[in-house]
Amino acid sequence: MPGKKNSLSQWIIIVLISLFSVSCLLPFIMVISGSLSTEQDIVQHGYSLFPKTVTFDSYKILFLGSNRIVDAYGISIFVTVVGTALSLFVTAMGGYVMARRSFKYRNILSVYVIITMLFNGGLVPWYIICVRYLDLKDTLWALILPMLANAFNMFLIRNFMLSIPEDLHESAKMDGAGEFTIFYRLICPLALPVLATVGLFVSLNYWNDWFLGLMFVDKQELQPLQLLLRTLVSNVEFLRSSSNAAAMQRISAQIPSESMKMALTVVTIGPIVFLYPFVQRFFVKGLMVGAVKG
Amino acid sequence: MAHGKSYHVSLQLEYNFMERDMNMKTNGVFKELFQNRTLLLMFLPVAVLLFLFSYLPLAGLVIAFKDFDFSKGIFGSDWMNPLFDNFDYLFSSDSAFRAVRNTILLNAVFIVVGLIFEVGLALMLNEIRNKYFKRVTQSLTFLPFFISWIVVGVFAYNLLNFESGAVNRILESFGMSPIDFYSEASLWPLILTIAIRWKVTGYGTIIYLAALTSIDNSYYEAASIDGANRWQQIRYISIPMLRPTIIILTLLAVGRIMNADFGMFYAMVGDASLLFPTTDVIDTFVYRSLRKSGDIGMASAAGFLQSIIAFVLVIGSNYAARKIDKDSAIF
Repeated sequence: MPGKKNSLSQWIIIVLISLFSVSCLLPFIMVISGSLSTEQDIVQHGYSLFPKTVTFDSYKILFLGSNRIVDAYGISIFVTVVGTALSLFVTAMGGYVMARRSFKYRNILSVYVIITMLFNGGLVPWYIICVRYLDLKDTLWALILPMLANAFNMFLIRNFMLSIPEDLHESAKMDGAGEFTIFYRLICPLALPVLATVGLFVSLNYWNDWFLGLMFVDKQELQPLQLLLRTLVSNVEFLRSSSNAAAMQRISAQIPSESMKMALTVVTIGPIVFLYPFVQRFFVKGLMVGAVKG
Repeated sequence: MAHGKSYHVSLQLEYNFMERDMNMKTNGVFKELFQNRTLLLMFLPVAVLLFLFSYLPLAGLVIAFKDFDFSKGIFGSDWMNPLFDNFDYLFSSDSAFRAVRNTILLNAVFIVVGLIFEVGLALMLNEIRNKYFKRVTQSLTFLPFFISWIVVGVFAYNLLNFESGAVNRILESFGMSPIDFYSEASLWPLILTIAIRWKVTGYGTIIYLAALTSIDNSYYEAASIDGANRWQQIRYISIPMLRPTIIILTLLAVGRIMNADFGMFYAMVGDASLLFPTTDVIDTFVYRSLRKSGDIGMASAAGFLQSIIAFVLVIGSNYAARKIDKDSAIF
């Protein structure tokens, strides 16, 4: 089929795609290289794709010198794990109720959820409600609760559950199972593909979130990793004023601020890049589930 | 907040419940609710969460007409006198106007460029016959979607900063003078466009690629029997088949044109006020008025207008999407 002309355009396409793919990867390599470089190399030669001399000093300082970074890691992990578990639990239940055909008022509930996707009160009232009425300022819950119920994910789950045959419910009911038992024992295992996808999306959002921290957390010891990264990038002095400045000095006389930024970046994206090859196909599938109606 | 706003999901309701409702007596309502109390209980957590974080802020929109006093709260604060004073103040501000203009213009550029890149990459990937190459490149282009804007901000800093940025090093090696990107506002619409393309092109491509692979192969076979080459097949089969998807995704994006991606702007630009002439958008403007300058009246008036216009646009674009393809509208 492909004539000579076609194969030329094939080559052009391959080159274009390759260039774009490589450009997607390069910044990652630059950051890793920067984190392994000495401060001098960065100051003298700038950021490059390969470190001139390899050193692990910045990582040592990161983990030994400053317990704030270890704390931030702990907070990010806690928020991601607890947030994902809770979010998955409540949105799956919500989606299940909206998908129960025998429940006459389920569509009213759906409308209740849809409205939140259409109307948006905006930042100011939302912020004031959270701070003044719900007292979320400087609490861990501020990093979890506002993102917990997601209308979009609920509909993703509902649509998937609608495709599960109604007969299953009936026969389980016949056997005397209650609604929660049916949901937990019967429907959730069947809906595992969509739950896995939603769970991954939610955990990604929690791990990558810094907006809630920016809005609600002024206390530095409660800051998640992403926000700490921002603090570090915009304010190098932060490290020198950090609690363990003396311990840092022991590792390296001069604090390598540039390579430390890079090291913290690597540490922040590490879990994602590490898990990416394994979970990527779930995301692609999830997008398909969203695109093809359930 | 919800970053990767995903694509069209059909959320159609089934309307037949209205009919059944007619046949029932009113006291049947309570019976029905009581019988389904477990279900209601299961819905309760999300109902409460949505009430607190979506419905209360909606009611809180009235704050734009109030002389807000933190100790009195949103609903207890006095009404503004005159009522539209916050808005008068907003309309007299040049930076508010600038923010609105930037939001719409930048979003318009993002939509158009995004469409070209995403459809283009999908069409190109669709031409690749080597499965391994296709899979690897798709994985690589999807990867940036998974990192936060904060991290992208660090990447941008690596490339652009004046002292050690890679771009300036390259410019210097060609004998050109380095550019101080973080004070050069005119370059930032381009920089932001590149950044957003870098981050989400692979993600946006997936939906188009799905649409392309669902096209029946017999169209292409028939076309090639008629002597159509690959370009003609793309031009007359692939692109027309993508048309509904393109139109709907674009309409939905237009519906969100008043809402800037706060994460991107805040992480990439931050407090670099030299760049504000081209990069300050409604969301960053409201954020600064709220958290930095503490000007809640101005922030709430701007937020109020944004919410109202966004609502009209969302309803309008959905209505249009529904006209084109009933199943693709959000509601």
